[in-house]
Amino acid sequence: MSAVVEVHDLAKIYGSGPSRTIALDGVSASFESGDFVAVVGASGSGKSTFLHVIGLLDRPTSGKYLLEQHDVQTMTSDELADLRSKKLGFVFQSYNLLPRTDALENVELPLAYSGVPQRQREKAARSALSMVGVEALARHLPNQLSGGQQQRIAIARALVNNPSLILADEPTGALDTKSSHEIMELLSELNREHKITILLVTHERDIAAYARRILTFRDGRIESDVSNTPETGAVTVDA
Amino acid sequence: MSLRGIIDVALRALERNASRSLLTMLGIIIGVAAVITTVAIGSGARVLVQQQIANLGSNLIIVLPGAVITSGVRSGTGAASSLTPHDGLAIAQLPGVAAVTPVVTEHAQVVGGGNNWNTLIQGVAPTYAYVRAWDMLAGTFFTQHDMDTLAKVCILGTTVVTNLFPDDPSPLGESVLIGNVPFTVIGVLQSKGQSSFGQDQDDIVLIPYTSAMNRLTGQTYVNALMISAVSGNAIDEVQNELTSLLEQRHRIVPPQPDDFSVRNLQDIANTATATAQIMQLLLAGVAAVSLVVGGIGIMNIMLVSVTERTREIGLRMAVGARSRAILEQFLVEAAVLSTGGGIIGVIVGAIVTVVATLLARWPMSVSAEAVIASVLFSALVGVFFGYYPALKASRLDPIEALRFE
Repeated sequence: MSAVVEVHDLAKIYGSGPSRTIALDGVSASFESGDFVAVVGASGSGKSTFLHVIGLLDRPTSGKYLLEQHDVQTMTSDELADLRSKKLGFVFQSYNLLPRTDALENVELPLAYSGVPQRQREKAARSALSMVGVEALARHLPNQLSGGQQQRIAIARALVNNPSLILADEPTGALDTKSSHEIMELLSELNREHKITILLVTHERDIAAYARRILTFRDGRIESDVSNTPETGAVTVDA
Repeated sequence: MSLRGIIDVALRALERNASRSLLTMLGIIIGVAAVITTVAIGSGARVLVQQQIANLGSNLIIVLPGAVITSGVRSGTGAASSLTPHDGLAIAQLPGVAAVTPVVTEHAQVVGGGNNWNTLIQGVAPTYAYVRAWDMLAGTFFTQHDMDTLAKVCILGTTVVTNLFPDDPSPLGESVLIGNVPFTVIGVLQSKGQSSFGQDQDDIVLIPYTSAMNRLTGQTYVNALMISAVSGNAIDEVQNELTSLLEQRHRIVPPQPDDFSVRNLQDIANTATATAQIMQLLLAGVAAVSLVVGGIGIMNIMLVSVTERTREIGLRMAVGARSRAILEQFLVEAAVLSTGGGIIGVIVGAIVTVVATLLARWPMSVSAEAVIASVLFSALVGVFFGYYPALKASRLDPIEALRFE
């Protein structure tokens, strides 16, 4: 398996002088294709910053980041935007679906920015919706849907461009327990059946337990990096 | 994203806040409607003035006798008896002059057809018809022969016909008494209607000026000379030449004041047109202010919209929108707002113009130039005032934008 993400000695420092904050302090890691990685840690541990850097939404202060062998360090922000539209998919805590825009069009959105023609967009969006099991909701508006259904549509949106990596930022944070587990089942299934690489950020241990590998962040460093057996759902790692 | 895609997204965003979008457009709508209407009124006024001027005569210059100063008492213009028919003949020889007619004016009681009527009697030459661009309704104008023989023939204006011969619209061959002298009706003038000052131009009787001078008034001078220049451009030159000609004929040396005055209707026309233009300029200024205010309104709403949709912007950036795409999206939204306002404004302006035309019976027309210019200008206003909010949107940090509550 080839590495989707390779980071070496990543650092991110905000501000300067007395207000200087070190968010990432020399993080090195590598994710293979087909990985399902959970990033856990207390708030302020640097896990969100890590996700933003990996998601090309933020640039590291120093260090090296290769996304599928592309050195993203030297890229312009337009090139990063293009890379996001082609290689990455995002799932957010608050779904972030466009209001008054139906599910199908929400799912099509990333394709619009990578210049895919309308007909292919709709086809891809329909197949992404069927992958997450909500094809029947294609013409529903977000405010007609439950949180779990909205998050499924958001996952379909993340899948639609056939990304190398899906970044999920607290995807269950706004859901009840039942929906949370359904969403996590879905992500596991996508990882298992479709070999989709997932990087998940969460602060809930039972959610992280769905991943096959758990990275624990503390004070901007990786404290532990252990593999996990998702089938049991049991967490065997102490922070 | 293709331009069509962007316009689509913009339309949907505006549709989401339909009533707010409409209110935002209101400034532009009012501005453009005002532009369309004022331009229509302005061009209508100009056409009207030109019509009325043309109605008075073709490239008309009028020479009036000057004031008389008797023992220091100055009478008004026209009181002097300094102009003669010979002056007219001399002026007729000048280059650039198409025709000249002397005018002898007299108010008299006219009796005919069992009725009587007090009207304006004008003694004129056959060239009068040309000079005043006045056609005959019936009969013929008098001839040079009539002039030479002091013929007792007359031509009636339609108002006089109606008052003397209510049952006969063309009383040719009838006899009328003008100041106790019998004249034969040989023609009826076409109706010219009111002058721009409200005078009834048809309340008139024309007779040969020789007959007027010899048979009615006994005067040897004329009350005015009407001159028609060959073209509108020739008016100024003719005016200068006839002034020096008359000064020479009347032996006036420069420090002395002229004993005549020269007027041309072009001056009056220009004044009227200039007045209309000033009004139009003023209204156009108000319209421009309204457009700018409308543009500021658009900027305001776009700023609100950018703030409201911060998370949407963050999301679009996260899924691969370049900042340029965000800029374009908001710019197009502003342009759609303002252009939409412009188009609605054109429609409103056209309706107002049509209604005003019906109410004022004024020949107004919506000009294509005004329509194109105001729609383009309103689009420009949208782009200009939409740029700052759009730039602000495109410079958002996606992480901050996604976190925005």
